[in-house]
Amino acid sequence: MKILAPVSIETRRLMPRAWDVLAVLIVFGTIVLLAEASRELLAPLTTATAKTIALDPSNLPHYAFRTALRMLAAMVFSLLFTLTYATWAAKSRRAEMLLVPLLDILQSVPILGFISVTVVFFLSLAPGRILGAEIAAVFAIFTSQAWNMAFSFYQSLRTVPPELTEAGKTFGLSGWTRFWRIEAPFGLPQLVWNMMMSMSGGWFFVVASEAISVGPTSIALPGIGSYIQTAIAARDLSAILYAIGAMLVVIVIFDQLLFRPLVAWADRFRIDSEPSDEEPESWALTMYRRSRLFDALSHPFARLMRWSWTLKSPVRPRAVAVESHRSRIGDIVWYGLLTAGTAWVTWHVVHFVGTSFRWPDLLDAGLRGMATMVRVMVLIALASAIWTPLGVYIGLRPRLARVIQPVAQFLAAFPANLVFPIAVSLIVAWNLNPNIWLSPLMVLGTQWYILFNVIAGASALPRELKDAAANFQVKGWLWWKTVGLPAVMPYYVTGAITASGGSWNAAIVAEVVSWGNKSLHAYGLGAYIADATSAGDFKRIVIGILTMCIFVVIINRLFWRPLYWYAERKFRLA
Amino acid sequence: MDNTVLLDVANVRRSFARPGGDQLLVLDGVNLTLKEGEIVGLLGRSGSGKSTLLRLIAGLAQPQGGTLSYLGNPIDGPARGISMVFQSFALFPWLTVLENVQLGLEALGLPDKEIRTRALEAIDLIGLDGYESAYPRELSGGMRQRVGFARALVVHPNILLMDEPFSALDVLTAENLRTDLIELWQQKKLPIKSILLVTHNIEEAVQMCDRALIFSSNPGRVTTEIKIDLVHPRDRADPNFEDCVDRIYVEMTSRRIERQRNLPAVGFIPDAPIHRSSTSALAGLIEALNAPPYHGKADLPDIASDLQLEVDELFPMTEALQMLRLGDMEGGDVRLTPLGRHFAESENQTRKEIFQRALIANVPFAAHIRKVLDERASHTAPRRRFIDELEDRFTDDAADETLRAVTSWGRYAELFSYDAESETFSLENPT
Repeated sequence: MKILAPVSIETRRLMPRAWDVLAVLIVFGTIVLLAEASRELLAPLTTATAKTIALDPSNLPHYAFRTALRMLAAMVFSLLFTLTYATWAAKSRRAEMLLVPLLDILQSVPILGFISVTVVFFLSLAPGRILGAEIAAVFAIFTSQAWNMAFSFYQSLRTVPPELTEAGKTFGLSGWTRFWRIEAPFGLPQLVWNMMMSMSGGWFFVVASEAISVGPTSIALPGIGSYIQTAIAARDLSAILYAIGAMLVVIVIFDQLLFRPLVAWADRFRIDSEPSDEEPESWALTMYRRSRLFDALSHPFARLMRWSWTLKSPVRPRAVAVESHRSRIGDIVWYGLLTAGTAWVTWHVVHFVGTSFRWPDLLDAGLRGMATMVRVMVLIALASAIWTPLGVYIGLRPRLARVIQPVAQFLAAFPANLVFPIAVSLIVAWNLNPNIWLSPLMVLGTQWYILFNVIAGASALPRELKDAAANFQVKGWLWWKTVGLPAVMPYYVTGAITASGGSWNAAIVAEVVSWGNKSLHAYGLGAYIADATSAGDFKRIVIGILTMCIFVVIINRLFWRPLYWYAERKFRLA
Repeated sequence: MDNTVLLDVANVRRSFARPGGDQLLVLDGVNLTLKEGEIVGLLGRSGSGKSTLLRLIAGLAQPQGGTLSYLGNPIDGPARGISMVFQSFALFPWLTVLENVQLGLEALGLPDKEIRTRALEAIDLIGLDGYESAYPRELSGGMRQRVGFARALVVHPNILLMDEPFSALDVLTAENLRTDLIELWQQKKLPIKSILLVTHNIEEAVQMCDRALIFSSNPGRVTTEIKIDLVHPRDRADPNFEDCVDRIYVEMTSRRIERQRNLPAVGFIPDAPIHRSSTSALAGLIEALNAPPYHGKADLPDIASDLQLEVDELFPMTEALQMLRLGDMEGGDVRLTPLGRHFAESENQTRKEIFQRALIANVPFAAHIRKVLDERASHTAPRRRFIDELEDRFTDDAADETLRAVTSWGRYAELFSYDAESETFSLENPT
């Protein structure tokens, strides 16, 4: 399984179409609307502060549990979103035209910048109560998980072999039954893999979203993230180590009890006739399968599903393809709604821009964006220079790869922001330049995507090709040039894209950090957004988010996309 | 001149470490020599270790015992002068045809001009001109293997090793490439001195080789040498050609039977691993044998080509027939027993009954599974229970294959059922 590149890179079209512009308008419009609403709501909410966080490590199990629960809740919502949104996009050509570009833009929105906007909004829904903050945190994690999952599922649904669908139709299965018996199982292995990846990314955001201050409102939900924040304020290094330990345990538990069983279970839905080299195994799955309790719990659900398949659809299936017969009225209604919606959103965005955007602000954000871009690029290049050769070396040694690969995946899942305080305390202690030394924090958590992708690439190099190279005495630089680097190229590029995207997001928490009462700032767009957030300045928050969004989209389209397709065309082992 | 020994393999032993610490012996006591001017075929079934031997000769792996020498010097790594053609071509997809061919020359550090002229020469020789700048993915399988040959020939090796080079190609393309190659060899246009060909296709070996070495499995070793001194070009319809094919068939089947009969049986554990062959394929073979023109008895090469079966596919099936006493082997012939003919003429339900009786009588391990299930109150038993018994005697893979074979036969015969999800055997019919 490979990591999926973002929508703008995977889809083959280079030039944006009207639909992409519309998607940009909708996302930007939503952010603007939320921000406007939040600005008005901010004042009366100053009291919405949570209980204080205690640094006694005996509280950690409870905090870890709360954090994990948020994660699970977000995953459930992401799954629901995926099953509906992706299915809609895959089934309806009309919806597809808008929903896919929309996913593209949503993937580029910096989640951490967005939290501040949503937090106030959700708090206003449940004023003075902790529930609003919980919803905001879950929503933040949701936004970090859902887009990738939906995109992967959409792609799977688009590639269901037509003979399977046709077989289903011949047996007179209803659309609902076909979805659950053919289409969903087909997409499941890829979806499970993406869930795992999304979950890995999610830990970073759950930690970041638990403790947040927007202007006068500050929230600290009980959880590992808040614990870390409190520890930073108290300059308590040992508490930080405890939190790191607790997080390790939580991730291992999730891996063993949830994802390994899921991967092992989903393996049987793979459609390729070749048996996988190593069937994924899971002791937990064996346990679930043998336990009667689990059986009894799942039984009514299975019964219900089976009953639903017996329902006859009220519409008789037609012999001709439905797509060829489009209703004029449907088109008119659809385009009418779209036009009206676009006009309304455009008016709002223009109004906001007209009243709030000032040139100095825009210029400032743009320049800072450049600074962050240079930082991301330099660090990705550095990480590549280190991890690519190492990854190739490891990937060619199966025994070593079996040990290192899970470690690299684990490191990618581990929320790097938990380790920030340790680095920051060193920067403070040695009085280093934050503009340089805060930068590595941005790739601290994301560089592992490069490593484990390159390992996967090198492991996938067929033995015959290795043998051929050895047989013809290809060694040294000639080997790296003609065998090693080309072989891992497609894997490397996907890893680097993921790492780069993650680093932009991480900039928001990595460019402004504090240790006790000492706060370090780097010049960059991340710091711009972070500062605007703590000042509660919604105009600048929105400007920051939009600027970052534009930077990410442009870099994806103009830099990564050509590189990705070049690598896919030229270096992919058929 | 013709008698210079290029390659000498003596007493070579190679085993692989298995998880759990013990060793799996793949090659044991392998001897062979390769002289200048000959094509030698190494014939054996898949999994017999032929390819492992080829990798040892190419210096891609090291033996645990014995010696390999090339022109009198021990082989301790990939040697200049030995090049290899791979089964799945092993072309670098990101290099053009020309770049693929040049790779070996670049590694030798030759001047650019010489690299180019030699590569173009090889491309020309092998019939690839016009394709120099194409990428492998743009070529058909046959053309790709031509690139594989050009790449191997361009370094002017003394020995050309070929690891089933035609088996990934369709019949016509393979035949076309084989005749081209033999023609070039006969005209002495190939810049090589000798060829070692690994194959499981008997006719291919007879068509191309001067000598065929029969390779046995478990562990692999050379058991027989058959000289093939027919004149080129060889005609498949020539009675001498057919004779030669027959002799090799007899050699390859009789060895196995002899080996199986010599091994002592340990209770219900089978003497040798049982290879899996599907019951529907078995039924098909029995029907074909029973029908005209065979009427219960067939020459192995005939029925193999008639049913378009490779040796690799046919042998496990004839072994299964023998084991179940539905058929028997005589020289190069396979003959149905009366029970086998009865099976062929019966309806589905009767067939299952015949198969069940044959299974209980002749495959003690199947009877053993049934007995265990009968004795247990729950009438169920986990797979682990049986695989452990097999693993005491066989390698993990062989134990797994044996249990799969017995399971699929037992399911067909309705002797027991098996649930793959919970990995349990039981007596109940699946709901």
